[in-house]
Amino acid sequence: MNALLTLPIVLPIVGAALSIVAGRSRAAQRAISISVLVAMTVISIVLLVRVDRDGVTAVQAGGWPAPLGVTLVADRFSAMMLVVASMMLLAVLVYAIGQPGAERHHVGFQSVYLVLAAGVSLSFLTGDMFNLFVAFEMMLTASYVLMTLGGRADQIRSGMTYVVISLLASALFVTTLALIYAATGTVNMADLAGRMTELPEGVRSAFSVLLLVVFGIKAAIFPLFFWLPDAYPTAPSPVTAVFAGLLTKVGVYAIVRTQTLLFTPDSRSATLILVAAGLTMVVGVLGAIAQGDVKRILSFNIVSHIGFMMMGLGLFTVAGLAAAVFYTVHHIVAKTSMFLAGGLIEHVGGSGRLNRLGGMVRTAPVVAVLFLIPALSLAGVPPLSGFVAKLALVDAGVTQRSYVIVAVAILVSLLTLFSMMKIWSGVFWSPADEEPEVRSRVVGPLGGPMLMVVPTTVLVALGVAMGLAGAPIWALSQRAATDLLDPGNYIRAVLRP
Amino acid sequence: MSVTLAATAAALFAIGTYLLLQRALTRVIIGLAILSHGANVLMMASHRRGVPPIVGKGDPSTFSDPLPQAFALTAIVISFGVTTFLLAMAYRSWVLTHDDVVQDDLEDRLIGRGGIADKEVADEREIHDEAVRERR
Repeated sequence: MNALLTLPIVLPIVGAALSIVAGRSRAAQRAISISVLVAMTVISIVLLVRVDRDGVTAVQAGGWPAPLGVTLVADRFSAMMLVVASMMLLAVLVYAIGQPGAERHHVGFQSVYLVLAAGVSLSFLTGDMFNLFVAFEMMLTASYVLMTLGGRADQIRSGMTYVVISLLASALFVTTLALIYAATGTVNMADLAGRMTELPEGVRSAFSVLLLVVFGIKAAIFPLFFWLPDAYPTAPSPVTAVFAGLLTKVGVYAIVRTQTLLFTPDSRSATLILVAAGLTMVVGVLGAIAQGDVKRILSFNIVSHIGFMMMGLGLFTVAGLAAAVFYTVHHIVAKTSMFLAGGLIEHVGGSGRLNRLGGMVRTAPVVAVLFLIPALSLAGVPPLSGFVAKLALVDAGVTQRSYVIVAVAILVSLLTLFSMMKIWSGVFWSPADEEPEVRSRVVGPLGGPMLMVVPTTVLVALGVAMGLAGAPIWALSQRAATDLLDPGNYIRAVLRP
Repeated sequence: MSVTLAATAAALFAIGTYLLLQRALTRVIIGLAILSHGANVLMMASHRRGVPPIVGKGDPSTFSDPLPQAFALTAIVISFGVTTFLLAMAYRSWVLTHDDVVQDDLEDRLIGRGGIADKEVADEREIHDEAVRERR
């Protein structure tokens, strides 16, 4: 059991080191990365099955007992996130290998990508606040490099915003940790859960809001989202896909984890989260409608959908949290496949701007289908996974009598559909407004290289499967939500002598 | 928490925030470095003070708490690494634009130019011009 928890973190780091050593041979690098990520996916699936059967598992790194050493913990929620994350990392890596671009031109791509993978797994598995900071830094530092691969002027311009805002969040995180340590004398999450209750209420809610801000910057919730739509579109397509799928969701994971484990939910923090969620949804989708570029529309849509996950958290019920967990899983899959399809659009059309693209339903029908399915899923059209997720959220909201947020959520879903159809009509349906600078490439029957189309297809199929056969995943989300709202098992598993 | 450390941290936060709000990249970077120093000082201020924590030399109850020191060291190393990366980015920005100032966001400008407000202004001017022409 120990190995199951440590391997998803250790394997990618070792792989990254080996990848640097094997820098001369791109084939060897690819073999290393793919085998590491395949192993990570298998391990995380085994971990999820074991955790679902036996309950929360914890490992004390280096054998130091709980409040002192670094603890690795896996409960249902973190194991689920780990499974989805490693699947996405694998699919996007295959796509990156197939795409003539970043991966071929940069020796360091594979190793940096693996460091990112290690950072993501560590964020999901750690049970220690300071270790969470380190995990974030691993992930973010790798993301800085991946985002600015190529060093173009626009990448540097928006990468700078991204790095500066992330660093500011990190400094704030360290500050918050210092204050928490001064007040409680521990940074172990399970230990903190107990010590927090001894603090005065004002101090506790200050910590709650500070952590919400720190993770809110990473998760891009309103009003801390402005960096995201600028930064993401400039990165190479596969990199944007993995950022869109995973990085913001790591922030959401951290918010859900800390708000449920460390703080007892009260009506004030619930209202705060719900208001932030509603504003995030509305502002994100309005931003998406105003844009004229495929990747920018999709980036604003990420912001909007983070709001849905926060809404599930803000309800603080089993149904609400289960919906948030399911929504997060659905969104990771749908968004990653959308960005991969967006990359295919750029590959075929030679541009990402709506007014330079057009008529691709005829020139690249496969890409059109690969785009349309996750687009409809994101908007919540039945029977796709987005419908299940949104239905669950709305249901949970109505049960809680939070009608305002439910109305906002439904309205925003409609607007999401509108923004998706804007891409659909601009890129696939209508003819191009302007003469394209780059003529559409002659494409094969697939609409792109095999290695780009296949991973996208697999992810789209996964999304469809989650909608059609979503019952087991929904049941799992409900069990995960029950664990989240009753953290007793988590605390006992960590602090057990 | 000693007043000196708290005041130092406060001053570093203030200076860091001020520099972070400037448009020159070098100032932003220095601001971030100072800001993370502020966080580290605060981290050091958060622990129990005492004699150096060496096992076997003295009574453990008089030891200073080594954990925040380890935290601060880790945070220093991380911010050192990322600051280096930022400097490399700033240099790249200077190579590309020969300017140390953050560039305007072109996409925002584009949307601003094509926005409804601008169209309204243009429409009004057109109607006004037409009216003037008719009067003549």
